[in-house]
Amino acid sequence: MAGLVALLLTLPLVGLRTVEVQSRLTIEPHLAEVAMTAFLVFLGRLGLTVAASGLPGPVLLAALATLGAGWFLPFPTEALRVLALAGAAVVAIRTLWALYRRQDPRSQQERDRSLDLWGARLQDATRLIGPVAVALALALPFLPFTDRAVLDLGILLLTYIMLGWGLNIVVGLAGLLDLGYVAFYAVGAYSYALLAQTFGFSFWLCLPLAGLLASLAGLTLGFPVLRLRGDYFAIVTLGFGEIVRIILLNWGDLTGGPNGIAGIPRPSFFGIADFTATPASGQVAFHQMFGLQYSPLHRIIFLYYLILALALLVNLFTMRIRRLPLGRAWEALREDDIACTALGINRTTIKLAAFAIAAMFGGIAGSFFATRQGFISPESFSFIESAIILAIVVLGGMGSQIGVVIATLLVIGLPEVFRDLAQYRMLSFGAGMVLIMLWRPRGLLSHREPTILLHPRKSATQQHAEAVGAP
Amino acid sequence: MTSPQDFAEPLLRVEHLSMRFGGLVAINDVSFSAQDCAITAIIGPNGAGKTTLFNCLTGFYTPSVGRLTVSHSGHRWLLERMEAHRIAGTARVARTFQNIRLFGGMSVLENLIVAQHTKLMRASGFTLAGLLGLPVYRQAERAAVERARYWLDRVGLVEMADRQAGTLPYGAQRRLEIARAMCSEPRLLCLDEPAAGLNPRESADLSVLLTFIRDHHRIGVLLIEHDMSVVMAISDHLVVLDYGRKISDGPPAVVRHDPAVIRAYLGEDESESEDDANGEDRNRREGQGSC
Repeated sequence: MAGLVALLLTLPLVGLRTVEVQSRLTIEPHLAEVAMTAFLVFLGRLGLTVAASGLPGPVLLAALATLGAGWFLPFPTEALRVLALAGAAVVAIRTLWALYRRQDPRSQQERDRSLDLWGARLQDATRLIGPVAVALALALPFLPFTDRAVLDLGILLLTYIMLGWGLNIVVGLAGLLDLGYVAFYAVGAYSYALLAQTFGFSFWLCLPLAGLLASLAGLTLGFPVLRLRGDYFAIVTLGFGEIVRIILLNWGDLTGGPNGIAGIPRPSFFGIADFTATPASGQVAFHQMFGLQYSPLHRIIFLYYLILALALLVNLFTMRIRRLPLGRAWEALREDDIACTALGINRTTIKLAAFAIAAMFGGIAGSFFATRQGFISPESFSFIESAIILAIVVLGGMGSQIGVVIATLLVIGLPEVFRDLAQYRMLSFGAGMVLIMLWRPRGLLSHREPTILLHPRKSATQQHAEAVGAP
Repeated sequence: MTSPQDFAEPLLRVEHLSMRFGGLVAINDVSFSAQDCAITAIIGPNGAGKTTLFNCLTGFYTPSVGRLTVSHSGHRWLLERMEAHRIAGTARVARTFQNIRLFGGMSVLENLIVAQHTKLMRASGFTLAGLLGLPVYRQAERAAVERARYWLDRVGLVEMADRQAGTLPYGAQRRLEIARAMCSEPRLLCLDEPAAGLNPRESADLSVLLTFIRDHHRIGVLLIEHDMSVVMAISDHLVVLDYGRKISDGPPAVVRHDPAVIRAYLGEDESESEDDANGEDRNRREGQGSC
C-alpha cells in the first residue's frame, strides 16, 4: 500500500526530469529509479509493520544492515542513497524505541508526565541558569576560544532571541498568532537606514525613532485587524508581512527596490568615538580613547554587547509586565477573551498595546540588524523569517522566556554549527521540529509560573507533583 | 445627584426587550425589573431565551428593540447603547457563564486579580507607574490580593489559591467563577445556571453563598437556574419566560400557583407532584430574612 502511494508520489517527482536538449526543455523518464524508490519505501513500511507486530530484533538488524549498505554500496543516484539511509535510520530508531518501550512498563501518559517533570525541573533550574547564562554571555568576547565567527554567531543568536522575546509578547502572552512579525523588523531596519542616510541622524537617535515608527506600523495594522480572531487574524498578519516586503521591493525611489540600501552608517561608541582605524581630524577613535591597539574586532564586540543589552532589556520588560495588570490581561485574553470582556477589560486597547509593544521591539531589533549588516534589502525580510521566529516561540513553549533561548539555540544555532552537512542540514532541522512536536507538543518548556502567589512559593517540581496527584 | 424618583427606580429595568436573529424571535417584548438587594430568578424551559436575555444585558448582543436601564449610586446607564466591557467596568454588571469560562491556564489567584483589572490599571498609571515599581501600584496590588483572599475564603478555595484554575474540580470552578465576578465589585450580579452540575450539598452551599452576597454586599442578583430547590429557597422575585415571552412575574409563592407557569413549565399533568416536592422549599424560604 505504502509502496503504491510512494509510486504515485515519486512518479512525477523523481521519474520525470527536465533535461535541456539543444536549448529546449524536454522531459526524460527515470522509471528504474521510481521502481527502486517505491521498493525502498515498501521495505521500510514492511519493516515498521513487522516491528510493530512484535519482531523488533530482526528488523533492527535488517535496518542496520541497510544503513551499512547505504554507506558502502554504490547507488545509481545520490537521492536514492539518501532515501535508503534516512529510511533505514528511521526504521532503526523506531525499532529501538519499540524495544525500549517493551522493557518500559509505563503508559504513554506516564511517560508524558515524566517529560513534564523534566521540564518543570529545568524551569526550577532556570533561576540558576538565567544568571549563569547572562554571565557567560557577558564573558564570551574574552574567552580564549572566541574569534570573529563565534562572535558573529553570538550576535545572530541574540538577534533572534530578541525577536523571539518580542514576538513572545504577542503570541505567547496575548495569544495572537502573528505570522507577519518580520514586517516590523523590516520597518525598523529601513527607518534606521533611511533616517541615517537622508538626515544623517546618529544610531542612538535612530534606535528609539525606529522603535516608535515600528510601533506606529503595529498600531496601523492593529486597528483594522484586531477585530478578527484566530486563523483570520493569522492570515491577515501574514498578508501584512508580505505587503511590507513588496512595498520595499517596488518603492524604488525611497527604498532602492531590490538593490536595497548599502553603506548604512555603523554605530559609534555612544556618539563619542567611532570604530575606525583612521578617525577624521578632530575626532577620537575608540581605540585611541582607551589606548588600545586598533582591531576590527572592537566593533564586533561592541555590537555584541549592544544586542545583548537590547535583548536583556526586552526580557526585563516582559518579566515585569507579566506582573502588571496589562500583562495579566494579555494572558487572560489568551485564555478566554469573552470572559475578559465580561470583567470590564477592553479587548481592543489591550491587544493594540501588545501589538504596538512587540512591534517596537521588532523595530529596534531591525535597526540593530541594519547597522550590523551595513546593507539591507527586501530579501532579508521574507516570510521564512517570520516563520522561523514563530517557530522559536512555539518550540520554546508559548510564553516561556528561557524556552525562547533554548529554541533559538536549537533552531538557529544547530544549522549554523552543522553547516558542513550542506543540503541535509535543513532536512535535519525539519526532522528536529517534527520530533519536538511529537514529544513536546506544547513546546519544550510549557510549565507556567503564576505571577503572584498567595502562599509561599513552591518549586515547579512540587507544583507538578501536586497537579499529578490531584484528581 | 439623587432626586426623589431615584429611590423608586429599580436597579435594573428591562422595557419591551426583543431580540431577533433573522426570522427567529428569541425574546419577544419582555419587560420586568429587578430590585437592589434582592435575588431575582429567571426561570423557564430550555430555549426560553434566558441566556439570550443575559447576553443582551451584558452587551454581548445588541437588542433589536427595547431599553435596558441600570440605576445605582445616583447614575443611570442605558445598557443597550454601551459596549460590553463598559457595561462591566462602568455600569458594574458582572456575569458568570453557563459553561464555565475561567482563565484555565492561570492560577486561581490570578483569575481574581484579573477581575480587578480596571482598578489596577488605573493604579498602575496605565502600566507606566507599575513598570517603575511605584508604591502606588504596590499598594493597589496588595489591596487586590486582600479582596481576592476575602472571596477565596468565602467560597472555600484559599488552600487552592496557587493552583491552575483549569485543574480544579468542577464545583470549585463554579464557585471560583462567582468569586471572580464578585471581585470586580459589581452592583448587579448575573449568574447563568450556577448550580448546573453541582451535587445537592454543593447546591445548598451555593444558596447560602448567594444569600450572603445579597444580604452583606447589598447588591442585586439576577439568577438563571433550573434547580428549583435553589430557586425557590432563595429568590425574592421570579420571572418566568417561555418561548421568549414573559408568562409570569412575581414572588415565588405566587408564581408557583400561576396556572400559566404550571402549564408551560412544570407540565399540566405533573403539577401535583412538583408542587409537593416544592412544598418544603417554601417553608425554608420563609425562615430567611431578606434585606
